[in-house]
Amino acid sequence: MVLSLSKDTIQVVKEQDTVFLKNRVKETATRIKMGLVNQTKLITAASELVRNMLRYGNGGYCDIEVVSSGRNNGVRLTFVDKGPGIADIPQAMKDGFSTGRSLGLGLPGTRRLVNEFDIKSTVGEGTTVMVIKWANG
Amino acid sequence: MSLTTNNLLKEKKKNILELWMKNQLADEGLREDLISNEELRSQSEELIDALVDNLTEGIVADVNADEWSPVIEILGGIAITRARQGFSPRETGNFVFSLKEALLEVLQSETKTDADALFQESRKISRIMDSLSVVTFETFIKGREEVILRQTDEITEISTPVIRVWDGILALPIIGTLDSARTQVVMENLLQEIVETGSSIAILDISGVPAVDSLVAQHLIKTVSATRLMGAECIISGIRPEIAQTVVHLGIDLSTIITKASLASALSYAFKVMRLEVKKIPAVQKF
Repeated sequence: MVLSLSKDTIQVVKEQDTVFLKNRVKETATRIKMGLVNQTKLITAASELVRNMLRYGNGGYCDIEVVSSGRNNGVRLTFVDKGPGIADIPQAMKDGFSTGRSLGLGLPGTRRLVNEFDIKSTVGEGTTVMVIKWANG
Repeated sequence: MSLTTNNLLKEKKKNILELWMKNQLADEGLREDLISNEELRSQSEELIDALVDNLTEGIVADVNADEWSPVIEILGGIAITRARQGFSPRETGNFVFSLKEALLEVLQSETKTDADALFQESRKISRIMDSLSVVTFETFIKGREEVILRQTDEITEISTPVIRVWDGILALPIIGTLDSARTQVVMENLLQEIVETGSSIAILDISGVPAVDSLVAQHLIKTVSATRLMGAECIISGIRPEIAQTVVHLGIDLSTIITKASLASALSYAFKVMRLEVKKIPAVQKF
């Protein structure tokens, strides 16, 4: 059972918004006393996902939440875009696959950086990616 | 606007100017530190001249119409200069609003008897002045945005210095997020400097980069490859422990690149490659 304690929504439409978003994620992580390594992992994950959203999904918004499950506190990020969607999610989650000309490590790498990862996508409607990083996970 | 009003405004141009100047000088937001009273007066006069001369019969409040272009041009010029000089939006807005006030006051004093005509004409004046205010704000904000853009360019420019730490060794400290545009600037500066100084080793220090994600890593790899094509070796230094762990989890392969934890160890590696040695000189013995 994951409880949401606070919620903050940030619109992402241009490149400059990513810096603001990353700072917000860092603030939230610091507030729940997340360690430096986990903080960096979470910020890197946010950076990957927000870049995907801008590049392939024409922007969208991100919810930053402080969540709690039992004695564990964490940060949940939900990225929602109304872009073209991903046709083959298992393929997109494979290392080294990219429709752009990048390294193809964004999605699979992000999954390794966080504790919980969930992706939902409908072609033509958009993509939602949810990740959770626990403070001591 | 009816012919009589136009003529009236043309006739009373002097009065309007005086009234407007009085309003402006009485305003609390008067910025004598930014603009002298004489300059303000000549700006105001220029605007009134353009405005009154361009009033024609049946003019519409559509400021996009050709008739308005001289007025818009002057107003735009004033708004942009004010944005650059550091006027606040309120002060810039009041410049136009106080003109409206002056126009209405003159109109009222001349059309006392006919309430209906006064109302009709005031409405038209209001509509025109409101459109002009909108134009002023649009231009003002555009002027401010230009200032911001210029600052962004400046930051990109100054935040990527190439330092010659030793004969043949260059260092490039990177601070902040590496995006595509920045990487381009970094790469250009670095490659140019390699040619100019004939250096054989370049050290990219990423201590100031908050997070290394796959795109930043890709940019780093590209920079290293380009440096190698120029015949120089590129070392990446300043990899903090948390960054190292993140890069491993992301699955980025940086094994083809020489990486060091600190700038100091990168420099000592460079010395070794160049067969240089830094030695402590023994104290001079006194006889």
